Amino acid sequence: MEHRVKYTASAVFKYITLVLAVIAVVVPIVVVFIASFKTNKEYLNSGTLELPQSFTNFENFKYAFIDGKMMIGYLNTILILAVALIGTLLLGSMVAYAINRFKFKGRNVLLFLFLTAMLIPPITTQITTFQIVRFFGLYNTRWAPIVLFMGTDIISIYIFLRFMESISRSIDESAMIDGASYFRIYWNLILPLMAPAITTVIIIKGVAIYNDFYIPQLYMPKAELSVVSTALYRFQGPYGRRWEIISAGIVITIVPVLLAFMSLQRYFYNGFTQGSIKS
Amino acid sequence: MHRYSLDYKKQRTIIIITFIMIPVAMLVIFSFLPLVRMFYYSFTDWNGLSKNIENVGWDNYIKIFTDPTYFSVFKVSLYYFGASFVQLAIALYFATVLNFKLPGKGFFKGMLFFPYLINGVAIGFIFKHFFKVDGTLDMFLQMLGLGSWIHKWIGNPQIINFSLAATSVWRYMGFNFIIFLGTIQSVPGELYEAAEIDGANRWHQFRYIIWPSIRRIIELNLLLAINGAISVFEIPYIMTGGANGSNTFVIQTINTAFEKNDFGIATAMGIILLVIVVAVALAQRLLFRESEVEA
Repeated sequence: MEHRVKYTASAVFKYITLVLAVIAVVVPIVVVFIASFKTNKEYLNSGTLELPQSFTNFENFKYAFIDGKMMIGYLNTILILAVALIGTLLLGSMVAYAINRFKFKGRNVLLFLFLTAMLIPPITTQITTFQIVRFFGLYNTRWAPIVLFMGTDIISIYIFLRFMESISRSIDESAMIDGASYFRIYWNLILPLMAPAITTVIIIKGVAIYNDFYIPQLYMPKAELSVVSTALYRFQGPYGRRWEIISAGIVITIVPVLLAFMSLQRYFYNGFTQGSIKS
Repeated sequence: MHRYSLDYKKQRTIIIITFIMIPVAMLVIFSFLPLVRMFYYSFTDWNGLSKNIENVGWDNYIKIFTDPTYFSVFKVSLYYFGASFVQLAIALYFATVLNFKLPGKGFFKGMLFFPYLINGVAIGFIFKHFFKVDGTLDMFLQMLGLGSWIHKWIGNPQIINFSLAATSVWRYMGFNFIIFLGTIQSVPGELYEAAEIDGANRWHQFRYIIWPSIRRIIELNLLLAINGAISVFEIPYIMTGGANGSNTFVIQTINTAFEKNDFGIATAMGIILLVIVVAVALAQRLLFRESEVEA
């Protein structure tokens, strides 16, 4: 009996803390959501938590999409995301296949180099990477982020390597008895079996690229090359005091991620838990 | 049979070379070449453009550690380092709570994790709006009758780093939470049942089942918090641009390079950051690999 009482008391406490946490997460976002439907006048004359006169006032969104270049930002982000992801998946799985399935000279050195590269904090090496990107004529082109997202992505190679260890070699061997080439084995057998690892990489990498700010900011200052995050960042200048427009930009940025997360929750959790267990 | 094995030998060479070529080239060009160049420039006075580069020995490094404009930014890291303890504690608490069956569990889990997925620029702006004068926080305090608590959350250099570090906790807590929850849930359920039969209460279950399973991960995260604290960049860069005493080591590095064109100093700062990160990684290896073998 005494136990029961204790448990209910602790259950109440648990729910209070959970609800407080939800409030802490939701309030800063909801406030922005509310503001995004207000006119400028309304925004200046109403309380933060006061609801807008109408939830069908899409003026701010129109502004953010067209004048604020969020539309262009989306197109660029999708383009960069698609190319960089496909590149990462192909290159990463190919290296992992070669390293995992063949014992060749320099294999351990290679492995060591990839693992060491994981330690280099990319933000600091940008100082000298910048010269190199310029040298290749990639500055102010979409190729700069694409190449950097692909070339400096060691984590996905690591995820592929770990996963490939769990794929039995007897699969390769029986395919070889049938006379399949190594490329066929990689393409028709190994790659499809890697689906869970591929999902993990798509989620982790996709979120990272969609949210990345500094690489596009540094390498693509041209306005037509805005991505979602840099387009939003540039709201600061012209709309510095127009919080209702900035809010619309924020909402536009968050909604796709929210929808993806709600429909693919399980994959997000799995992806981030698996992708982070490093040692 | 013989023909095939020859074929496979040739194929093997082709596959190894073609599958590895591009990633290795990229690794060298975009990871190691920048690193080598950073080492080289850190001992020079290069301004990013000029052709004549003077070797200055250790001057850049000495300057960083003696000139307060460079050195003071290390202090800012301490706020974030402190905040990461709070962050881990909150994450551990909620991971423990949500480990057990609970109505609405999925909802709470999603809510706690979601901030981690939000774009950094959006988070920066959300919290600019939250902390600004007459912003969300001030409104709330007023509503609760705590108007006297109102401060210039990002205008006051005494407070700004607390506000920014809190934003950082808001952003990253969900990630730790999910990792902790995953680890705790890898404990077989029978253990809890057995413990309950033995009369263990929730605290006992935490102390003797959850804590041992998660201790290593927490220690690891505390160690990694050093790296996190020293590499803070996005939140202060987006919210304040490093103004009002919120400048961090990485913002300082980037500004030194791209605004002051002082590549010598900037690359030396990059190298210092790298040394710290590598030292932490080595410590992690030493501390964690060995004890894992024991266990």
